[in-house]
Amino acid sequence: MTDTSQTFRPENEDQLRDAVAWAVSEEAPVEILGHGSKRTIGNPCKAAHRIDMSALSGVTLYEPEELVLTARAGTALDEIEALLAENGQELQFEPLDYRALLGSNERERGTLGAVLSANLSGPRRLKSGAARDHVLGIRAVTGRGDVIKSGGRVVKNVTGYDLSRGLSGSWGTLAVFSEVTFKVLPRAGTETTLVVSGLNDADAAHVMAEAMGSNAEASSAAHLPESVRGRFVDGALAGGPATVLRLEGVPQSVEYRAANLTRMLDAYGDIVPLDQDMSRALWREIRDVKPFCDGTERAVWRVSVAPDAGHQLVAGLRLRAGVDAYYDWQGGLLWLRMEADPEADLIRKGIKALGGGHATLVRAGDAVRAEVPVFEPADPALAALNRRLKEQFDPQFILNPGRLAADL
Amino acid sequence: MTSPKMPDPDGKVLKRRAAIVADLRDIVAGEGVVDTTNEMRAFETDGLTAYRQLPLVVVLPQTVREVSRVLRYCHKNGIRVVPRGSGTSLSGGALPLEDAVLLVMSRFNRVLDIDYENRVAVVQPGVTNLGITDAVSGRGFYYAPDPSSQIACSIGGNVAENAGGVHCLKYGLTTNNVLGIEMVLIDGEIIRLGGRHLDSPGYDILGLMTGSEGLLGVVTEVTVRILQKPETARAMLVGFPTSEAAGQCVADIIGAGIIPGGIEMMDRLSIKAAEDFVHAGYPLDVEALLIVELDGPEAEVDHLIREVQRIAGDNGATMSRVSNSEEERQTFWAGRKAAFPAVGRISPDYYCMDGTIPRKKLPEVLAGMRTLSEKHGLAVANVFHAGDGNLHPLILYDANRPGELERAEEFGNDILRLCVEVGGVLTGEHGVGVEKRDLMPAMFNKQDLDQQIRVKCAFDSQHLLNPGKMFPELHRCAEMGRMHISRGQMPFPDIPRF
Repeated sequence: MTDTSQTFRPENEDQLRDAVAWAVSEEAPVEILGHGSKRTIGNPCKAAHRIDMSALSGVTLYEPEELVLTARAGTALDEIEALLAENGQELQFEPLDYRALLGSNERERGTLGAVLSANLSGPRRLKSGAARDHVLGIRAVTGRGDVIKSGGRVVKNVTGYDLSRGLSGSWGTLAVFSEVTFKVLPRAGTETTLVVSGLNDADAAHVMAEAMGSNAEASSAAHLPESVRGRFVDGALAGGPATVLRLEGVPQSVEYRAANLTRMLDAYGDIVPLDQDMSRALWREIRDVKPFCDGTERAVWRVSVAPDAGHQLVAGLRLRAGVDAYYDWQGGLLWLRMEADPEADLIRKGIKALGGGHATLVRAGDAVRAEVPVFEPADPALAALNRRLKEQFDPQFILNPGRLAADL
Repeated sequence: MTSPKMPDPDGKVLKRRAAIVADLRDIVAGEGVVDTTNEMRAFETDGLTAYRQLPLVVVLPQTVREVSRVLRYCHKNGIRVVPRGSGTSLSGGALPLEDAVLLVMSRFNRVLDIDYENRVAVVQPGVTNLGITDAVSGRGFYYAPDPSSQIACSIGGNVAENAGGVHCLKYGLTTNNVLGIEMVLIDGEIIRLGGRHLDSPGYDILGLMTGSEGLLGVVTEVTVRILQKPETARAMLVGFPTSEAAGQCVADIIGAGIIPGGIEMMDRLSIKAAEDFVHAGYPLDVEALLIVELDGPEAEVDHLIREVQRIAGDNGATMSRVSNSEEERQTFWAGRKAAFPAVGRISPDYYCMDGTIPRKKLPEVLAGMRTLSEKHGLAVANVFHAGDGNLHPLILYDANRPGELERAEEFGNDILRLCVEVGGVLTGEHGVGVEKRDLMPAMFNKQDLDQQIRVKCAFDSQHLLNPGKMFPELHRCAEMGRMHISRGQMPFPDIPRF
């Protein structure tokens, strides 16, 4: 059986369990695939066989008034978002779409299971959280071939360990989701974005901190240095670096908060509001890393540090390497495109020196990914704990082995 | 109460007590080790006062190094450890064991750093929930999760229990507001998770730790998100002739895209008890009362209040009042916040439950509760976090009447089973602890529970940390490792493949 590569395409949870059980009994590592839209993120996975989750799909429960949606893990995210939009709702954590950045030709944007496996988020992360903050419950097949459930369909639930969250961001290395339940929320009626022009990175960090720390309730704050600014919304942003602050809500509230925030930041220069369509387009492009969607394999890093450390990290890197950068999450999320070498050590040492955080090499050629740890390596005590956890879920190391770390 | 079966005490540990106390004194000097019966009395119970047990010895460390050395010592010598914060658990999470060291974290009481630029506070785990808000309120900030014990409960305990409060629907639970922790494993290893950045790669151990009820590790530092206080907050009281109408009103508010800061519901019995106690101005001629709080910019709050009034009217509300001052808003809340003690005034004893249900099942669950109330011959008052479906039935009983206490417990268990039957869960915010441990199989099957125990095994393979809590029975980790699938025994899977 193991001589040739097998691809299983389960259509229900029983078949998924059987596929994993087959892998367990054959001691045959399998790659877990949704739509493959994020397949090149991670270190190369050492598996000859595949489980294709895309047929395990369909929304099984959606109750808008209860703010809850359950779907089989292979359900297309586009389908979910379309259904939610019909009811004026959304996944408030704005899962990003990696396809353009990674040069993926996949027609589909990804599955709901993968949203949780990769713990996706977007520009509202500071205010609204990531996938991990919205998951309510899961069903999954562990690397032992056991079907398990955790959580439920209600927001407030502390019954047993929170495995729904524990499995988020595990990139399919502990268990394969068969079904996921998310909290869904009403979509804001209106939005606008205030653009402050001409700030250097350090001043921008300060302005973003002031805005996010005020009761203007900005839902996102990003800084687009001059080198990238022109690559957003077809060059429609005014000249110079752009610091952008998003306000969402009911119209009278957005208007009121925009006026307050404009007054508050008056001293920093001209402040121009964007209309709703432009605002929505801009934040989608910030989310999906538009300026670095260049069809190349030049290394792109996604870095998370304390918001006030972001610009310091970039300033240090610019002295040592060719790097193009912009900031989301009040300056704490950096998207970096390296002009030549990925400079993993330089970046990771810089992060440590600034108080900690992590860097993920989200884009790089196969050869680079075979050499450089894609995800931030853990300190020894934590690495040992991760390894013990892996052994408890997947003792034979058959689920996506090597993708998250060499020993996971 | 009927005492839950706890793990058999280890006779060898009990015999070595004097030597263990001496060894612990070498690690934690002075008043940090408490071993007299009189002094240990203060620690024999937590917020679930029906259960009492003196610990082997109480240790109050002051530094991470001391915590690490105590745990390493206990690990090496096979001694059980029960961690404790402020001891406000309502599920017996900090109930001591006769043969276990009670590790009390109350001396970790310092705020280490307040970082307004990054909007985080770094605190020691013994700092109270309200203490964090107090430390940052001067600049208009606060810490969002607000369990009703917030004046006393510690942030370390909040992490252990994933504490909630009345504002969870809009602002999340503890797990959504904690960015990082430092923790010590049972073998003494110190691990740091997260920090001022977000979403560390690798397994979400921070997520697993939050709500793990002291079974996985001991938290020694916490980094939390602080938020700017909303510009304004106003509360409304809305009365309804039936709980069904009140429930529908909540569904319609949320269906209209409004997420209030809080929505609470009280039934007739709890309204009356609260009104008699604090005179909050609650109507006494309604079956159900909603307290709806809207917060944010003034323009938004004014608009939403009009919307909620309209929706309430459509659902047949018979009274509606809006707070016109901060003082009045506080008064509206005072009755709800005093609901438990208020019920305590009309009954010698009460037993507080904590199930969560899908909101729309409320009429069904309330009707079921009425039937159960007749069956068990005991009254029940209901307060309900209506926004997030978290129900707190208060069962009234008199412990001095023979058999009543057992009936109250049976009634409570029946209510929780009913919650699970309608798609809800056993506990929304109080934790499993000792109290709901034996009900876990009502919600989880053997495979579910076994995998949770395997998680435990990755952290604490000898089950030394807080045993007897959360799981109805503990299996040895070596047994848990066995696989039930072996080569050749699997039926060939009947699955589409390519």
